[in-house]
Amino acid sequence: MILTLLWTDIMVWILLFTIVVWSWVVSGSPQVKKQWHTIFKSSIAMASATVLLFYLLFTLLDSVHFRLATPSTDTKSQQVQYGEMTSLLDLLFSHNIKNTERTYSAPFATHEYAKSIVVDANGVTKQAYLPLKHVSNNNDLLQKSMFAIFMGIVMGGSLIFLHMVWRKKRGFKSELPWRTAYLTLLFLTVIFTWFYMLSYHYHVLGTDKVGGDVLYHSLKSIRTGVLIGVLTTLIMLPVAIILGVSAGLFGGWVDDVIQYLYTTLSSIPGVLLIAAGVLSMQVMMDNNPTWFETTLERSDLRLLFLILILGITSWTGLCRLLRAETLKISQIEFVTAAKAFGVGKFTIIRRHIIPNLMHIILISIVLDFSGLVLAEAVLSYVGVGVDPTMHSWGNMINQARLEMAREPMVWWSLFSAFVFMFILVLAANLLSDRIQIVLDPRNKS
Amino acid sequence: MNSILNVENLSLTIGKDEILKNISFEIKQGEIFALVGESGSGKSLTSLAIMRLLPDVISVSCGDIKLKKKSLFALPEYEMQKVRGKSIAMIFQEPMSALNPVMTVGAQVAEVLKIHLGLRNDAVKMKVVSLFKEVALKDPEERYNWYPHQLSGGQKQRVMIAIALACEPDLLIADEPTTALDVTIQAQILELLKKIREDRKLSILFITHDMAVVSQMADRVAVMKEGEILEQAVCKEFFSNPQHPYTQSLLRDAMEKKEDSKIKEEGEKLLEVEDLKVHFPIKKGFFQRTAGYVKAVDGVTLSIPRGKTLALVGESGSGKSTIGQAILSLVHMTQGSIKFENKNLATLSERALKPYRRKIQIVFQDPYSALNPRMTIGNIIREGMVSLGVGSKERAAQDEHIKELLLKVDLEAEHARRYPHEFSGGQRQRIGIARALAVEPELIICDEPTSALDVSVRSQVLKLLRKLQEESGVSYLFITHDLSIVPTIADEVAVMKEGKIVEQGSVEEVMENPQEEYTKTLLAAAPKLPNKNKEAYT
Repeated sequence: MILTLLWTDIMVWILLFTIVVWSWVVSGSPQVKKQWHTIFKSSIAMASATVLLFYLLFTLLDSVHFRLATPSTDTKSQQVQYGEMTSLLDLLFSHNIKNTERTYSAPFATHEYAKSIVVDANGVTKQAYLPLKHVSNNNDLLQKSMFAIFMGIVMGGSLIFLHMVWRKKRGFKSELPWRTAYLTLLFLTVIFTWFYMLSYHYHVLGTDKVGGDVLYHSLKSIRTGVLIGVLTTLIMLPVAIILGVSAGLFGGWVDDVIQYLYTTLSSIPGVLLIAAGVLSMQVMMDNNPTWFETTLERSDLRLLFLILILGITSWTGLCRLLRAETLKISQIEFVTAAKAFGVGKFTIIRRHIIPNLMHIILISIVLDFSGLVLAEAVLSYVGVGVDPTMHSWGNMINQARLEMAREPMVWWSLFSAFVFMFILVLAANLLSDRIQIVLDPRNKS
Repeated sequence: MNSILNVENLSLTIGKDEILKNISFEIKQGEIFALVGESGSGKSLTSLAIMRLLPDVISVSCGDIKLKKKSLFALPEYEMQKVRGKSIAMIFQEPMSALNPVMTVGAQVAEVLKIHLGLRNDAVKMKVVSLFKEVALKDPEERYNWYPHQLSGGQKQRVMIAIALACEPDLLIADEPTTALDVTIQAQILELLKKIREDRKLSILFITHDMAVVSQMADRVAVMKEGEILEQAVCKEFFSNPQHPYTQSLLRDAMEKKEDSKIKEEGEKLLEVEDLKVHFPIKKGFFQRTAGYVKAVDGVTLSIPRGKTLALVGESGSGKSTIGQAILSLVHMTQGSIKFENKNLATLSERALKPYRRKIQIVFQDPYSALNPRMTIGNIIREGMVSLGVGSKERAAQDEHIKELLLKVDLEAEHARRYPHEFSGGQRQRIGIARALAVEPELIICDEPTSALDVSVRSQVLKLLRKLQEESGVSYLFITHDLSIVPTIADEVAVMKEGKIVEQGSVEEVMENPQEEYTKTLLAAAPKLPNKNKEAYT
């Protein structure tokens, strides 16, 4: 087995590492600590954060890629053959990948969704609902569900118990609404274990046109959505901060150039830029098929490129905000005092300006996140988003366009994509609302 | 005289906290009643209660307010709407934010007339013009079509008064109406209010923190502190024989004089500014060509001896703060020289300037914006020490020094770990002073350090500044618009007008025997306390 990390995997792990380091650094400041404490005092924020953590867990599981050694048929050759790239999540759901059906089937169905022409033992041709290949036929859905739910409660309960013990050991009273977090966690684990355990016997969310499991699709799509939401902000953030702060602080021709740049950029329609960028990238990749060993690497590069382009087109708004705020802060007297002490320009930026911009940056990260997740869906629907072979909610919705026109309607693909995306975006929005209320100085009365 | 307004045992509460305790007073017809107190004493709450404009969280727990014997709390809201503006009118501290910037001032006065008196077009205009005449606006017909941004602060306040008078109210509530204005303008507005009172037999509730203004304006005075009225008296009585110890200390703080330690020796000159000019270019058009100059400072010459204080007095826009910034090399000077210990700072590069940055420091006007809200007090004070390499490089020794500094400015050592928002205005100003002292400067530029502070806090800060001067022999350039504190702190005075110094000399000479016309107007305009010596209040 060899570990082969994709570009986006590396970025995800770097990001996670930065967040951990940042929170460690920040935990030294009682002021910031108190702010986060206030944010999580709201039970809605706590629940949203738990949901987001759950999504993040799947992203991380899906961001460890490796290639397993395949048992070589040719015993003489010493060379070990490696198969396709898989992730931890793929391993978890290997049964679902293997057990593909012929075509559409509804959630928990035992037979296919449409009639097929079959020739029975007597040689009579007739139309019938074919039974599904990988579904248990003994009628024990309820019994299995009970068992799965019981397992879920045991797992969730033990996680919560461990955390409670740890809290006791730390021995401080916190006013955070842990009960809400526990309930959310329990709910999520129970649902997930139920889905997971039944996925061995049924297609829990049905199957798509080529018989692929929809639950597996939806879970794989989490990574795409979260990645686009998070990494895009990561790319746009340094550009917006550096340009915004320099424009506001240095003024003069620097300000003129930066303003000209973002005015021009923001007056070009975003979709046009993205379409142009993605299409030219596609042409380049088609001309150089030897660059990629696997299709996964290929679609990953396209995803990375999409993230880059989205980042380039979306920094202007934040940059404008930061410029205005920097202009204001640089006129405040504590900056003048620092100048009178002969403090250098970059120290002034680092010590006096950036910390006072932090609330705007944080608020815009969380606000942009949900917007970007939705933007991915729209772009993939239009056809300039991620690679068509990639699992993404946008692609699922795109496919559902035809499914909705069938009679009877195939609703579960669209439904799953909608529910998974809706929960993620809702959680992000609720959390961002709370962060905005706490961090925005204008809300302090 | 019959009484217009009766406030009887008024108490206000937020939740369980009582914020106004048993307030009672009476305002008679044609009387100016002054409500005096420091910020947070409940003066403005009282006026809001009279207008029934209290925020929802505050509730009236007991008491009553009667306007001409009619209880205001018993009125339904639509009746109260008629009382506001018609029977009781109000003018505010900040005329800029009280006027709608997109309506002409004439239309804003006319609006009130249409609503309350139901006048028609021509009659309205006639009435507005006559009101503008009454508040002594020049060219009233023309001003009718002007927008608020075209008027000066004093003119805006006149328009506000015209709006207030439009419906011939019985009572005018003036909430710090002159605090945002210059001395000469303040004098004009106060004069105007007095005249209106005479002409119309109007009652005025005058809310202020300024004792000198009270002594000029009021017939009767009430002193408030922490939601209580401590003392109520006729104005003359009040100033000649204050009863309550708090009132006595307020009056004492308001008229403090510098203890005479004046040894008339000519020390060496620490700072000499010669023919300083700071002109800001006005840029115009696409290519930002220079269309002209704003002459903020135009040929100023002054000098400060070691261990002495020079007060730089002037109205807003006279260029006094720009001089301070030029001395700190924070703005580019157009011409002239600034010699500090005989070294011309104007010719030095930023690097060569660094040793001098240590010797010249600044204390700001607004204690709220002078400290970075994201840094602890300790780090704020440390910043200059690290940047300019003053004192020890080791953190522990720096901490020790910070502790000493905090104790020196009458704060506590453990404050070093706190953040600015945990402190009051006066405490923050002390932190600002400690920050300046950290680098052991020889000259501190105090840019209106007391104008945002209450009277009693102001006198504490001034006392602290004096104490520090005696201990370390630091010099001050004290920039202020408030003539009343000049004798308290300064040795010499320079009066500025439109970028130029009109008069300069020792405090006694300038204050007692001014030569220039402008200085005379300034001194005449400044409200004064009745001439009593300090001992009367002890």
